[in-house]
Amino acid sequence: MSSLSLAVRDSSTMLRRNLLHARRYPSLTLNLLLTPVMLLLLFVYIFGDTMSAGIGGGDRADYIAYLVPGLLLMTIGSTTIGTAVSVSNDMTEGIIARFRTMAIHRPSVLVGHVVGSVLQCVMSVVLVGAVAVAIGFRSTGATALEWLAAFGLLVLFATALTWIAVGMGLISPNAEAASNNAMPLIFLPLISSTFVPIASMPGWFQPIAEYQPFTPAIETLRGLLLGTEIGHNGWLAVAWCVGLTVLGYFWSTSKFNSDPK
Amino acid sequence: MTDLAIAANGLRKSYGDKLVLDGVDLAVPEGTIFSLLGPNGAGKTTAVKILSTLVGADAGEIRIGGHDLATAPQAVRAAIGVTGQFSAVDGLITGEENMLLMADLHHLSKREGRRVAAELLERFDLTEAAKKPASTYSGGMKRRLDIAMTLVGDPRIIFLDEPTTGLDPRSRHNMWQIIRELVSDGVTVFLTTQYLEEADELADRIAVLNDGRIAAEGTAEELKRLIPGGHVRLRFTDPAAYRSATGAFPGASGDDDSLSLRIPSDGSQRELRSLLDRLDSAGVEADELTVHTPDLDDVFFALTGSKVPAQPAQAMRPTVPNQPA
Repeated sequence: MSSLSLAVRDSSTMLRRNLLHARRYPSLTLNLLLTPVMLLLLFVYIFGDTMSAGIGGGDRADYIAYLVPGLLLMTIGSTTIGTAVSVSNDMTEGIIARFRTMAIHRPSVLVGHVVGSVLQCVMSVVLVGAVAVAIGFRSTGATALEWLAAFGLLVLFATALTWIAVGMGLISPNAEAASNNAMPLIFLPLISSTFVPIASMPGWFQPIAEYQPFTPAIETLRGLLLGTEIGHNGWLAVAWCVGLTVLGYFWSTSKFNSDPK
Repeated sequence: MTDLAIAANGLRKSYGDKLVLDGVDLAVPEGTIFSLLGPNGAGKTTAVKILSTLVGADAGEIRIGGHDLATAPQAVRAAIGVTGQFSAVDGLITGEENMLLMADLHHLSKREGRRVAAELLERFDLTEAAKKPASTYSGGMKRRLDIAMTLVGDPRIIFLDEPTTGLDPRSRHNMWQIIRELVSDGVTVFLTTQYLEEADELADRIAVLNDGRIAAEGTAEELKRLIPGGHVRLRFTDPAAYRSATGAFPGASGDDDSLSLRIPSDGSQRELRSLLDRLDSAGVEADELTVHTPDLDDVFFALTGSKVPAQPAQAMRPTVPNQPA
């Protein structure tokens, strides 16, 4: 068997194992979904009037439109916290030691986690998106190509955050530590343009909010779904995704390949 | 010289400034059971981890199944099967799913995978529990599933790290039977244990590991010759009876505080009878009689001249009162 087909075969075996875990124990994934859904409802129905006044005096529907792209990306951040936790849990299991002593494609253990997590992200985004549509979000102006590009961006972003989350899971000795280490993945969207425009933030803080990974991705998604200006954010978003993916990949695989304690 | 399944030369490993293995040499011929015997912390698990490619050695040459471990670790992995000390089963999925996972990773076809899984589950008496999550299994069942998973790829060399630690006596004997069956198929077994009795039962050759060094190596018989013989211990409650017994056995060593007497003996029927006869003719009756066969502590005492820290090994020894072991 060639090394590529070995890699594909072992990775898909590991993916099946992870999907089996996710299907047997869905509570972690579902709990993590609650955060973005609650935030969506909170900001629309409780703070909605003040928030929409703040972004230029539109009505509630305008604010839903403003909010949803950021929340979809936040959903990805939230889901990948689950990835960090499950990777960390998995590493404490004896079965990982067994995998290490078998003649399999070694990175397949991690690739299985990554692909499984990206699939979960997509499912979560679809669920949160469905809630958004139910409360009035519309993106009827977008072309099929823009929809496809939006989907591609979400998958790319999910892949990038997942590889980082896998690395965070690998350096965490237990599930609690993994969950703490992965906090930035849910914290970063709070200081992005998810809820309010960057221009409304204090001047010294604007560069931080503007160039962190979430904001370019949010602005790009907004542009694709709602037709706002994308500008340099498109390239910035793709660069962040590729950069984080490469960084996360090398970080994770080098952690995984080093001798276990 | 017959072909060696496992050959290691000058194996060294330290964690930080703690030296765990200090120049260990091992040679295990194909188709035999080799036992690495030693107390907790002697370095047994580290040795297995290194030989099974799990962690790297600091120094030393290792060949497993004819492959150089340093340059061809994947070839070594393809030849071996490992059952570690801590269960290497996926607790979140069922026993059957664990087996099918192994079949997939060994690239068996779906049909072949199902056949092998069903066969091994049957052989290890797990068919009934096959559809239950492995986390619900008892210790003995987990260990059996663990070994069944190891056998899926039909490995020629199997590492078992303390396969019976924590098992009840019945499960332990089942495990011994399983290990014996493995070798009858021509498989080489490398097993670690804390129990001399276990090494004695199973192994063709035994190496005693102490403080990261091989203190002695040989067959069970050869090792036993290094160990001072067993003894019979008599305990009394009446000081007068103790004194007359001491008179009847001049070669015995006594402990005046506990009123007990230690008489060298191999524990055979003949020696016990003569011992009882002498007690009768002296007119004394012991309150307790125990037969002690040499245990791991004795081996260590003989080999290293130092008392090792008390190990669970002691509690597991068959020191059944009034019953020859």
